[in-house]
Parts: sequence; C-alpha cells; structure tokens
Amino acid sequence: MSGHNYDAKEYWKANLRLIFGSLIVWALVSYGFAILLRPMLAGIPIGGTDLGFWFAQQGSILTFIGLIFHYAWRMNKIDEQFGVSEE
Amino acid sequence: MSQFGINIMFVGGSFLIYILIAIWAKAGSTKDFYVAGGGVHPVTNGMAIGADWMSAASFISMAGIIAASGYASSAYLMGWTGGYVLLAMLLAPYLRKFGKFTVPEFIGDRFYSKNARLVAVICLIVASLTYVIGQMAGAGVAFSRFLEVDSTTGLIIAAIVIFIYSVLGGMKGITYTQVAQYVVLIIAYTIPAVFISLQLTGNPIPALGLFSTHIDSGMPILDKLNQIISDVGFNEYTADVDSHLNMVLFTLTLMIGTAGLPHVIIRFFTVPKVADARWSAGWALVFIALLYLTAPAVASMARLNLMTTIYPDGTAAEPIEYDNRPQWVKEWEVTGLIKFVDKNEDGRIQLYNDAPSFQAEADARGWKGNELDVNRDILVLANPEIANLPGWVIGLIAAGGLAAALSTAAGLLLAISSAISHDLIKGSLNPGISDKGELLAARISMAVAIVVATYLGANPPGFAAQVVALAFGIAAASLFPTLMMGIFSKRINNTGAIAGMLCGLAFTLTYIFVYKGWFFIPGTANLADTPANWVFGISPLSIGAIGAIVNFAVAFAVSNATEEPPVEIQELVESVRYPRGAGQAQDH
Repeated sequence: MSGHNYDAKEYWKANLRLIFGSLIVWALVSYGFAILLRPMLAGIPIGGTDLGFWFAQQGSILTFIGLIFHYAWRMNKIDEQFGVSEE
Repeated sequence: MSQFGINIMFVGGSFLIYILIAIWAKAGSTKDFYVAGGGVHPVTNGMAIGADWMSAASFISMAGIIAASGYASSAYLMGWTGGYVLLAMLLAPYLRKFGKFTVPEFIGDRFYSKNARLVAVICLIVASLTYVIGQMAGAGVAFSRFLEVDSTTGLIIAAIVIFIYSVLGGMKGITYTQVAQYVVLIIAYTIPAVFISLQLTGNPIPALGLFSTHIDSGMPILDKLNQIISDVGFNEYTADVDSHLNMVLFTLTLMIGTAGLPHVIIRFFTVPKVADARWSAGWALVFIALLYLTAPAVASMARLNLMTTIYPDGTAAEPIEYDNRPQWVKEWEVTGLIKFVDKNEDGRIQLYNDAPSFQAEADARGWKGNELDVNRDILVLANPEIANLPGWVIGLIAAGGLAAALSTAAGLLLAISSAISHDLIKGSLNPGISDKGELLAARISMAVAIVVATYLGANPPGFAAQVVALAFGIAAASLFPTLMMGIFSKRINNTGAIAGMLCGLAFTLTYIFVYKGWFFIPGTANLADTPANWVFGISPLSIGAIGAIVNFAVAFAVSNATEEPPVEIQELVESVRYPRGAGQAQDH
C-alpha cells in the first residue's frame, strides 16, 4: 500500500459511502416500511392486507438480495478503479 | 406401504446420498474443492452456506411461530435475511482478506491479546451452545413423529444421530454434501407448499398465493384467515404489534446476530478471493430467500387449514367431534405434542383463544376452556398431513427437516470443538499439544456439548426458533461489535475490546436468564417471561441489540481512556481494508 496512500484513503471513503447508502435502503425497507412506517402505508392494499405487511414478509427480503448484488458489483468496479483488486 | 415405511425410506435414502457423496468426494482430492484456492464457485459456496445456515429453526419451527402470531413474527423473516447485508458489507470481505480461520483467531490478532482470544472463545461457546439447544429441540420433534415415539425418546435418538454424524466429521467439511443437503431441504420445503397453495388459491407460487384469493370463500386468503381466527377470539393475523420498539430491536438483534455467528462467518474465509466473499453472501441469500419467501405462505395456509379442519362448517357452527378427528391428529397425539382435553365433555374439539376478551362468548357457547394444545414446532412437519397430501410428500418433509437440523447442529458442534481444542487448548493452555491430543480434546468437547444441549433441549426455554433467537442475541452482543470495530476503527485497543465483549455478553445473558431461567435450567427464572414484566416492553429475545450498543459504548470509552494500539496493529487494520494481496486461503 506504500506510495498509494492517497488513493487508499479515497478507496476506503468510496467503500464507506457505498455501505452507508446501502444501509439507508436496508433500514428503510425493514425498520421503515415494514414496521415504523407501516401505519402510513396502510392505505395501499395488497391482496387482503397492506403494503407494510408485504414488505415485512416479502419485500424486504427481495430488497436485501438486490442490495448485496449491487454492492458486490459496485465494489468490484471500485476495486478496479483504484487498482486494489486482486490479480 | 405404511407411512412409517415411507418415512424411513426417504430419511434413509437421503442419508445414503450424503454418505455416498462424502465417499466420492474423499476418493477425489478433498483439498481441491474445499480449500478456497482450488476454487469453490460463489454459487456453490452460497448453496453450502444456505444449508449450513438453514437449521431446524428455519425449516421446522419458523413457519409455526409465524402461523401463531402472524405479522408480529415477521421479525424472523427480516432478521435472518437482513443480516446477510451486514455480513457482505461489514465483515466478510475484510475477514477473508485477513486470512485466518477461526473468529477468536482474528480477535486475538487484531487486539494483540491472548485474553481477547479467550473471551471470544467464551462468547462463541455460549452462543453456539444455545443455538445447538434449539436444534436439539427441533430434531427431537422430527424424530419423535417419524419414529412414532414420545418426544423425549425422539430427542435422545436425535442426540445419538447428531453425535455420530458430527464425530464422523468429514461430511460437514465437504461443500458438496452440503449442496446435496440444501437441495433435499429446499425441495422438501417447497413441494408441499406448492400443493397447498394450489389447493387453496390456484396459484402454484406460494409467495404469490399468500396475496391471492381463497377459492372456497372468494375472499383474499389473509382476509379469510383474519376472519376465522378473530371469530374464535385470536388477534387478527395481519394486526400490528403493541410495541414497535420491541419489534425493531428484535429484528435488529437477529440481523446483527446473523452477522456475528461464527459458523457462518467461517464459510467466507474459504472463498478464493475477496470479491468472491461479496458474491457468496449474495448467492447465499438467494438460496436462503427461496425458503424464506415461501415460509410466510406456509404459515398462513397451515393456520387456515388447521382452523377449517377443526371448524369444518364454519366458526359459527360447532367444531369437529373428537371421534371424527383426522388421522394426523391421532398420529401426533402419540408424540404428546398435540394434546386434547374435553373440558366441557361434549365430545367436540373447542379450539379458541382462552383470553378474558373472549370469555363472554365462550361462556355463551358453553365452552369451558381451549381444548386442543398444538405445539408450534410441529406445524411445518404436520402441514402435508393437514392438507391430505400423499404419503411421499410427508416422507420428503421428514428427510428435509432432518437435513436442516443435522447439517447445522454438526456445523455448530465443530465450531465449539475447534474453539476449545484449537483456540483454547492449543492457542493458550497447552501450545505443545500433539495433533492426536488436539483431536481427542475436540471429540470430548463435542460429546460434552451434546450432553448439555440434550439435557437443556428436553425442557427448552422456548420453541426451537425462539431458543435459536436467544443464541443470536448473544452473538449480536458479543462477537459482532468486536469484529466490526476491529475492521472499521484503528483506535479500539485490547482493553477496550475485552471490556466491550464482557459487558455486552454479561448484560445480555443476565437479562435473558432473569426471564428464561439461569443457564436455562427450568424453574430458576426470577421474573415471569411476560410483556408486563419486560423493561420498556423489550423481550429477552430482543435484548441482544441493546447488548451490542453496550459493547460498542464500553469499548469506545475504555479505548479512548487507554493508549492507542501499536503501529503494526494499525497497519494490520489498514491491510484488511484493501483486497489486493489476499493470497490463497490456507488449508482448513
């Protein structure tokens, strides 16, 4: 890592930014839509119940999958960009 | 062929497949495909993680808990999947880069302290042992039904089988055996669910059937279910919870516990590259989600089928006569996991909510108490029988449930025994121990762990999934914060990490033991485990998240009051953050 200190710092910042953004979505769909904001979403019906219930039992899980694949894809790009990826 | 024979055939057949794969794999070069450098593809690794991960709690118990409490139990679904997001972003890639093979080893090196390693060993053992108790409870239920014995005998048989299975060892270590176990368990879980979804809604995909129209009534299936169960005094299935705080904390506890469980983390140490650790987490979640998206459908449909079995002519009419009870009730009665007491002596099965709010109506109908006691852990296993599915489906689900319980229990026992023999004895007490001695120590600790888990599994402090949830609370409060701080902070030092782990663990265990009994020994609880007694309405299942906050806070405060970690440790932290130069994973 010597000689690449500036890049290394930027790389780590880029990683932290990406993690932070992902975790906002992660919290929004689970703690937000599925639990705390459920009463607000109660007006949106989905097959016998409301959108919050759907997020609690289906939607949040589907979002989590999307988040991990997005993170893995973006991080691999960032690895290449900063030249820290494995050979 | 009798159902008993079919069950034996399916269970025996699936075991034969695992053994054959183990033999085939051994005949080739085991090292080639287990050791990361040889290249386990992230998809394959993801599937193996899925088998390791989905235990008796996910397979046997979870849907039963959701069936009983509906929306309120969604925390299990979100918690046990959302943790993979944390794992993929906060732990797995960096631990892979670090390149050691046990969790205590990382903690010992990062916090340059043998004591930190020892404390990590203790945390690991407490969390894993609690987890094994849950597996034993679940496996006991499965064995008691399929061998048609009472539940204690079932538990003892399960203990013997798990012991043999774990001591043979080889099976666990081989990725392809786990792939086979994943395939067996996912087929076993999905097929009955598809049949039942077709019967009830005409939609072959259970996750969609859950939000479809119930064919018999023409109402959405969740509306129909809400109506039937509220008619007999239960809360509506989709009703909101009393305490949002408790549900948020419970979900958070399960998520960070997922990311802190040693037997899952270990799987990421053996992928070829740092990038693969990220992909593996994604694929693992895809395979886990196949079961988790189906589970809520299984839960609601099984509850509906159970209610319509007991009330064939609707809830306004009288329930079914005991003499006309279906065959599956008779068979489960043998295990003692379904109990019927004819309290009002009318020869019928009154199943309703024995709560003050329903008292007036119960009195008016001449009901003298709920008469059918159904253990929640049997629901998934009994599900095909309740829906009158053919015998082979019932045999299949037996094989699936046992695959789930055995693969996870074996993984956990190996995690416990390697912590004792490798980290505790070799790493600290007796570094000069021979390989043979290390192996013997591993087997003895495995045997002791099984005996303890069997004793406590006979009177578990909750249903399988709840016991497992306690294990997550313990992992959440002790291991996860320390691992995360080890990567994301250069300032946390040895003293801070040790103080944090000890405070997080002690705080969480105390809160759990006060309500669940000290060391889970029945009859030693200080307070009844009811919402009225919980501090701020926080259940013992949810306390791990608070324990994790305690851990973070203590570690931060103590580290800042004491000296910085040495320069070489700060460089170590720096190096785990960058994928370049990860090198080959070592042989396990």
